[in-house]
Amino acid sequence: MGTTVGFIILCHTALHRTAQIARHWAEHGAPVVIHVDHRVGDADYGQLTSAVSDLDNVSFCKRFKCDWGTWSLVAASQAGAEQMLARHPEVRHVYLASGACLPLRPLQELVDYLDARPNTDFIESVTTTDVGWSMGGVDMERFTLRFPFSWKSQRKAFDRYVALQRRLGFKRTIPEGLDPHLGSQWWCLTRRTLSAILQDPRRKLYERYFKKVWIPDEAYFQTLVRRYSGALESRSLTLSKFDFQGKPHIFYDDHLELLRRSDCFVARKVWPKADQLYATFLAPNRMAASLAEPNPSKVDRLFAQAVERRTKGRAGLYMQSRYPLRGRENGKTSAPYSIFQGFTELFEDFDDWLGRQVGARVHGHLFGPERAEFAGAETVFNGCLSDSATLRDYDPQSFLASLIWNSRGERQCFMFGPRDTQSLNAFTAADPNAQISVVTGAWAVPLFRSNLTFAEIRHEAARLQQIEFDQVEILKSVLAKARIRVWSMSEFLEHPMENLQAIVDEIAPRNARRLTEAPHIVDLTGFGGFLQALKNQGMQLRLAGHFPTEADKRPNAPALSRPYVVVK
Amino acid sequence: MSIRETLRLRYKRKRLLFRAFRKRHELSCLADRTGAITASDILVFTTLRNEQIRLPYFLRYYRELGVRHFLIVDNGSDDGSTEYLLAQPDVSLWRTEASYRRARYGIDWINWLLRKYGTGHWTLTVDPDEFFVYPFCDTRPIDALTDWLDTYDIRAFPAMMLDMYPKGPIDAVPYRAGDDPFETACWFDGGNYTISKNPEYHNLWIQGGPRARMFFADRPTEAPSLNKVPLVRWERGFAFISSTHMMLPRGLNTVYDEWGGEKVSGCLLHAKFISPLNEKVAEEIQRGEHFDGSREYRAYSETLAIEPDLWCKWSEKYINWRQLEILGLMSKGNWA
Repeated sequence: MGTTVGFIILCHTALHRTAQIARHWAEHGAPVVIHVDHRVGDADYGQLTSAVSDLDNVSFCKRFKCDWGTWSLVAASQAGAEQMLARHPEVRHVYLASGACLPLRPLQELVDYLDARPNTDFIESVTTTDVGWSMGGVDMERFTLRFPFSWKSQRKAFDRYVALQRRLGFKRTIPEGLDPHLGSQWWCLTRRTLSAILQDPRRKLYERYFKKVWIPDEAYFQTLVRRYSGALESRSLTLSKFDFQGKPHIFYDDHLELLRRSDCFVARKVWPKADQLYATFLAPNRMAASLAEPNPSKVDRLFAQAVERRTKGRAGLYMQSRYPLRGRENGKTSAPYSIFQGFTELFEDFDDWLGRQVGARVHGHLFGPERAEFAGAETVFNGCLSDSATLRDYDPQSFLASLIWNSRGERQCFMFGPRDTQSLNAFTAADPNAQISVVTGAWAVPLFRSNLTFAEIRHEAARLQQIEFDQVEILKSVLAKARIRVWSMSEFLEHPMENLQAIVDEIAPRNARRLTEAPHIVDLTGFGGFLQALKNQGMQLRLAGHFPTEADKRPNAPALSRPYVVVK
Repeated sequence: MSIRETLRLRYKRKRLLFRAFRKRHELSCLADRTGAITASDILVFTTLRNEQIRLPYFLRYYRELGVRHFLIVDNGSDDGSTEYLLAQPDVSLWRTEASYRRARYGIDWINWLLRKYGTGHWTLTVDPDEFFVYPFCDTRPIDALTDWLDTYDIRAFPAMMLDMYPKGPIDAVPYRAGDDPFETACWFDGGNYTISKNPEYHNLWIQGGPRARMFFADRPTEAPSLNKVPLVRWERGFAFISSTHMMLPRGLNTVYDEWGGEKVSGCLLHAKFISPLNEKVAEEIQRGEHFDGSREYRAYSETLAIEPDLWCKWSEKYINWRQLEILGLMSKGNWA
């Protein structure tokens, strides 16, 4: 006695696995028809036939030479199906499988499942407009162009011939009554549907048409089934996932649990050397217990993640197998970070204050001329980044990208200024993760408070002003994508708390609250006079803004009082 | 690529192959067991000198990964390495007393053996202190990887060198033959690497790690290269240019994605910093057979004299390949 489901197996390699699978199904009562690629040598073929010779419900059908994406695969399936229907009258459902398939659930569960749906055809069949995959940039054109060249081995000719046909506006007519559909080539069809397809009086006509359709094994049954099926479920009972290059994902021993929990009946494609998978799922005494619906969502997710990693990668990561061209980074850095320029010059305890307000790691001048001033004056930071200025300046972009990548999960803030290494300005300005806040001209404050001679100050002021001017030009560029704020020093000091509030809110939008504590502004008494003295030396001061010379009244006094008013 | 450029690279490649052809005379075969190699075997190619103490673990590690045959050039060992290797059933051994430096740091010899025995095989070219780690290496043998690479027609697989070091002075805990070197040298730098692209051969040039941080902080250009392409499906015309850092034809060097995605990659755990290091450094400086007058060894000796600790509080302790993948040092790509 045989079961109501019969299997066709198409195979070309790892024939010992085919023998194992065929034996498994046959010994559980299901008839099996095997199609072996004609390219397989006589010795291997002989070995396979003798390995299953003791099973009288296993037979071999006429052999075709099979090439990927050609009619030969459909011809092989047809031959197998005809033989199955003719020899095994008890079979109601015919299941098309490959030599790399592995049954995940006991045969009885599949039989019960199909017995409960005796008239249903399981075949993925999707209209061409709805399929997401269009291999080689061809979708509906699969049905309307001619494809005499192999996509795998004659790619150039293939592409050129497609382009030529497009240019000439060539179109094949689709035979009447056919509505093109596509889908996975692994199906499970009822005797009624299958025999209707195979015995159709117009079969010769359809065959002539489909022989020249591209990848007919994904289209022939998928299209014709729409003509005859009484009840069609557009899904495959075989768990088979393809990646972005159209190659099937492969299952290994470490997928055991994943496969077990998927509740799918058959999985493809299994690595032939995955001994543990074969041993587990083909174990003789597995009990039929469950009527669960197949649930491949976990497997889907795993493979979707893999494709995502291969095509998009992890944002902000530069490594040996991901080194994007400029503009193709999909994230120049991995997380938001903040750059402050001019704030430590204006406020005495800005680092500590900022750390308290936003709960971030606040570094000093990471790109300082002497060393990378990591938070807490450390000499090495996350990822073993060294504070050596030479190492850092050898590749500043790697340094910054690594710093942000290494401390994912913790926001990084650092100080910047015209004394620092400037070569990264274009990179940070174009990085949407960067928040850049600049108070221009603030570099003059340390000079104002320094002990240098006036000539030295004059010289240094001219140098720093030029550097900052160039930097601001970059920040104003149309290519800038960072969140950028630039104030002149006098502008900033008109409303320092509002300005700080805006920056802090942007860093930590969720705990937005009024700043209750202000950083201490350095004593600027006499600063206006200092700037005037520089001007009197012939310098054109462009970036600090206007400070009155009789500056003993502090220009910022009213604005600073703000938080204290709020707090009461 | 212009015709001129194509011809130039072709000439360069032919010259490398010719060098290898000439240098074959320097090799005398002590044990030829290559007849035992079958068509699908994965082969390891190695040059070594006085590595007896490392060999037991080295051979065991690669045998467990699924490597079937070792092809080894012994460059004048006198510590018993030769005898030890002769006794191994899966090792074919060649010996030479010729200059390592003049064989372009051994790569001429290896190019010759690769051409002769590696053609058509997946080949893994590693030093005796390099241990290959790839995605899923704890659950899938190496032929799972090579079978997968075959289905995608990928011919070269990258594995960046990851320098491993102990906590405390390097010579504090002596290494004993057969030990897993990463029991003590289990620390590494997680994210201080610099990358640039070599315009000539299109390989990435990666530097950094503890060697750059400790020995080359004031001259970073001289820091050793860490990029390697050790696993290659060898074809007749292939040639390594310098060590396994880069090769020709140069298409083999583009093992990275330039459009934002990640290709699959692994790591070579580098057990250089294990005891006895000081003796080795002294010997190598004496021989002067290493790259650029053994400058790397000279840099070590300057620093090693003060018993440095490569370890710092940000050092990562090695757990497994998944940790390296999370840190972004290697990638599963689209292999799942």
